[in-house]
Amino acid sequence: MCDPVIQVEVIIPTQTKYLNLIGSIGEHIAKELEEYSGDREALAYHLNLVLTEATANAIKHANYNDPKDTVRITIHIDDQELNIKVYDHGQGFDLEKVDIPDFDHPKEGGMGIFFIRTLMDSVTYHRINDGNVLEIIKHLK
Amino acid sequence: MNANLEKINGYSVVNVLDERIDAHNSAGLKEMFLRLIEQGEVNIIVQLDRVRFIDSSGLGALLSGHKNVMTKSGRFILAGCKQQVLSMFELTRLNRIFEIYVDLTEALGSES
Repeated sequence: MCDPVIQVEVIIPTQTKYLNLIGSIGEHIAKELEEYSGDREALAYHLNLVLTEATANAIKHANYNDPKDTVRITIHIDDQELNIKVYDHGQGFDLEKVDIPDFDHPKEGGMGIFFIRTLMDSVTYHRINDGNVLEIIKHLK
Repeated sequence: MNANLEKINGYSVVNVLDERIDAHNSAGLKEMFLRLIEQGEVNIIVQLDRVRFIDSSGLGALLSGHKNVMTKSGRFILAGCKQQVLSMFELTRLNRIFEIYVDLTEALGSES
């Protein structure tokens, strides 16, 4: 990885009222990426969406036995790529088992991971010491 | 969910006042549709002209309203969608499911 242009780390309580904050950070960052040759407005919306979906997912899978549970989000950007990591302390889920939604018979749930997969270049979810991390990468060049 | 309700020409018009619909307020919107339908209001227009961001849970709330209205043979119409919101419908192909009009006037003038 190259030297970072922007690095952000945010820790929030597992409450959905913070989704706006996290999404807005992504939107503002995208608008500052002057080197990005693509559509910056579209990237801004996509980052808002991806951060909102990933954080909502982490909140949903949080450890509800612990009222002080938190979600940690890191955003790392260099001139090559954007890397987002969302850490949760929940039981986790199997990313490979999340199916592509059936668009002919749409259901209310299950679209969040589809957005992340569609709009970004790579998504992984794995177990770490005290929880799980969802890692999202988008190539900027 | 910040939204107000008007009755115009037999339609229940839900004006969404929040700029974002996400997992924080989408349950409130879904609940609002369910209450209306329980009260027999099955012709619903959702005014989304202030909404500049919608996530998967927001789409889910709209889909829930649409499905419940359809089972009662009503109409569930979306009006005033910004381009960003329309692009989300296109990405999920929900533009094929929802009845979408440019604004409230066009929605009220439309026929099912």
